[in-house]
Amino acid sequence: MSRHIWDFHGGIHPPENKKQSSETSIRWAGLPERLVVPVQQHIGAPAKPCVNVGDPVLKGQKLAEAAGFVSLPVHAPTSGTVAAIELRPIQHPSGMDALCVEITPDGQDEWIEHQGVGDYETLGKQEILNRIRDAGIAGMGGAGFPSVVKLGVKPDQKIKTLILNAVECEPYITADDRLMRERADEIVQGLQIVAWLIEPEEILIGIEDNKPHAIAAMQKATAGTQCEVVVVPTKYPSGGEKQLIHLLTGKEVRSGGIPADVGVVCHNTGTAYAIKRAIMDGEPLISRITTLTGDCVAEKGNYEVLMGTPVGWLLQQAGVKATDLHRLIMGGPMMGFAVHNMAVPVVKTTNCLLVPNSKEFPDPVPEQPCIRCGSCAQVCPVNLLPQQLYWFAKTKEFDKAAHFNLADCIECGACSYVCPSNIPLVQYYRFAKGEIRTQQQEQAKADHARQRFEARQARLAREEEEKERKRQERAKAAAAKQAEKKAAPAAKAAPASAAGAVDEADALAKLQTAAASTMKRYKEAQKALLTAEKNGSEHLEALQKKVEQLKAKADAAKEAFTTAKNAQGQTADAKPKPAAASKDDPFAALKQASAEDFAAYKEAEKALAAAEASGAEDVAALQQRVTELKARSDASKAAMKEARAREKEQIQAKNAAADPVKAAKLEVAKQQVLLKKASKALQAAKDSDAGADDALESNVKAAEQALEAAEHALKKIEEEQA
Amino acid sequence: MEFLFDNFTALGALTAIALGFGALLGFAAVKFKVEGNPIVEQIDALLPQTQCGQCGHPGCRPYAEGMADGEEINKCVPGGEDTIRALADLLGRDFVPLDEEHGETPESKMVAVIREAECIGCTKCLQACPMDAILGAAKQMHTVIADECTGCDLCVEPCPVDCIDMVPVATTLQTWHWAAPKGIGNRPGELIPVRNIA
Repeated sequence: MSRHIWDFHGGIHPPENKKQSSETSIRWAGLPERLVVPVQQHIGAPAKPCVNVGDPVLKGQKLAEAAGFVSLPVHAPTSGTVAAIELRPIQHPSGMDALCVEITPDGQDEWIEHQGVGDYETLGKQEILNRIRDAGIAGMGGAGFPSVVKLGVKPDQKIKTLILNAVECEPYITADDRLMRERADEIVQGLQIVAWLIEPEEILIGIEDNKPHAIAAMQKATAGTQCEVVVVPTKYPSGGEKQLIHLLTGKEVRSGGIPADVGVVCHNTGTAYAIKRAIMDGEPLISRITTLTGDCVAEKGNYEVLMGTPVGWLLQQAGVKATDLHRLIMGGPMMGFAVHNMAVPVVKTTNCLLVPNSKEFPDPVPEQPCIRCGSCAQVCPVNLLPQQLYWFAKTKEFDKAAHFNLADCIECGACSYVCPSNIPLVQYYRFAKGEIRTQQQEQAKADHARQRFEARQARLAREEEEKERKRQERAKAAAAKQAEKKAAPAAKAAPASAAGAVDEADALAKLQTAAASTMKRYKEAQKALLTAEKNGSEHLEALQKKVEQLKAKADAAKEAFTTAKNAQGQTADAKPKPAAASKDDPFAALKQASAEDFAAYKEAEKALAAAEASGAEDVAALQQRVTELKARSDASKAAMKEARAREKEQIQAKNAAADPVKAAKLEVAKQQVLLKKASKALQAAKDSDAGADDALESNVKAAEQALEAAEHALKKIEEEQA
Repeated sequence: MEFLFDNFTALGALTAIALGFGALLGFAAVKFKVEGNPIVEQIDALLPQTQCGQCGHPGCRPYAEGMADGEEINKCVPGGEDTIRALADLLGRDFVPLDEEHGETPESKMVAVIREAECIGCTKCLQACPMDAILGAAKQMHTVIADECTGCDLCVEPCPVDCIDMVPVATTLQTWHWAAPKGIGNRPGELIPVRNIA
């Protein structure tokens, strides 16, 4: 086979260390006492649990439903009961907890009813895609991207090449190698299902030349099919998706793009195997091949492990003594992460558990300063400038790091591997990527917050406007009503006087503001003078002069204002009288006059109180005015009372003339009331032991006499009438 | 004589050009008039939009306007050092550390939480929230919409029963990211070097 193999930039050749685990066949890991299945084992939204605590579940039963397009369900790895649905430590470098479904196996390992199809072509593509989604198949190479999303080819996209990624370039890991050696036929069947779905022109299987047995097995399995096994030279990281595409096709996926942009779809060996099992056997993804290796592991090799098997239990099965445990790495030595909790479960992406001893993986030596040797740039498979990115990440110049295409870094670790200063470069990049992501999220949130804030401001402004408008409308309506009321009685009064009053009020207001502003200026000047005095300024005299001038001005303005106000007050006082006099009813007129006088008095009193509170200078004048007004108010009140009494008498007299009996009766009643009043006063005086009892007693006596006289008169009149 | 004439031609041409360009500039000034100060927009985009008022302005935009007029760039407490750096970059000024007078940068982002059992439904916090992020009605329990809360603190003060707490936003699996390595002289953390093996 003479296919041209391209080469990608950089790459390294770390010690492979694959022999330790690749020489034994796949073993069944066994059934642990409990299985902890995280609802998120893939990239995308976590699945939503669809079972309850205590539910019995069968092997392969759905435990959680996919929640969205980029999401996958998870299934029960064996039969048993749901023991808990709660937060548990999971396979994450943060060591944080996530929602998991714990299953207590019943040991029966009883399958849910399931059926595979041999002739999947009859079912239609959508049905097959649905089945792949329902089986919960995620990319098994390490990232865990939902396979179905990659398989759903858009109608306008033509996929030219389907690539099976069987490179497995990371040291130590042999899971795909063993799988190909032992189950090549099933892998090819799975690959053919994928090929039928996306209809590529060519199907390539990329395998590194350090796996001769796997190559032979795959060549045997693909004989007579359109699949072609392509052997690529061993170099890390040729198993990277974009690197492998470049190796096999010479095409470069642009920055930020996906392989489908250049007409390529890439799937992992384990994924192809899982797809075969899902379609042809009807089994969801509930187990995977995991490499257990490292010098601490007595029984190195590949194990078929149920999803959710706790790592600690699995290591025990493989003969790891807890005392030996130095470090536990999930994934390979280049891209994996350390796990510190033995309860973490094996999930869909766990391709390797590496347990080295301290001799195999000594503690790293401390980080040294960068010497700008450029080794990292030479090995970068993505043609980035790692040391530049390192400086940017270190100094937190993330925008510059982004500008230098940090996002294209595949975190393969080649740069860290070659760094003579032992700088954990990838860790810097991960940190910077995370920071950039956080900043983007915060920016998005800030934009959102700005929008909300502006919307709120607009709303408040609108409400205020509305209120103002309504207030003005109300004021207008009230003014109109007032004008109507005034216009009715004062219709005869000259309309010019109203206009005159308005003018007067305006003039008064103007005078007031003028007075206030001059006063203010005077006060300011005074203050300036004070500070100037304090600071010993040279312009003291000029300032003093200015202050004096302003004081004179302020006094003049105030005087003008007070005289104007007084004048207006007098005219205002004078005004209601003729209006009242013009009325037909003199009593009503008096009443109104009295009320007005009283109101004027009260106002003056209030003004006085305010003036006293603020310590104004015209208190004396105001006081005088108040007393004047009080006198006037009292006088008008007295006049009104007198008028009322007179009116009553008039009415009574009128009545008496008409009916002497009634008048006499009235007189009697009146005298009775008077007598009662007098006796009550006497009683009160007695109670309080006050003096002047004699006078009161005589009063009572007089009242009694008057009453008697009145009664007498009444009798007389009655007799006369009778 | 001819020399003088040439000079006049040149002068005339130059004057014509000057007038032409002057007219063009005048026209452009009217036609492409920029409303508002565009730098304010750019500054505002860098501010965290918490509208917390810790800078002494009633919101982020007024502070942006202040900075455009030459105010110090180190008063934004929620933005912290990163924002000051970005502002220094944008405005071509020197980086200055955060003015402690306006408060200290919180350890992490905060979010307001109402202890709902104690809420008396007075709506005071609703009116204080610049984000409209508190939901409730008079005499009904109020609650904070955590996603909309910017952690500005403004609702804590008006609460008559002190039932609002500011709690740090918890890191989730979605928001977690790797921490910065400790730097020179420290042992690298989680990354695994395999070169020591023969």
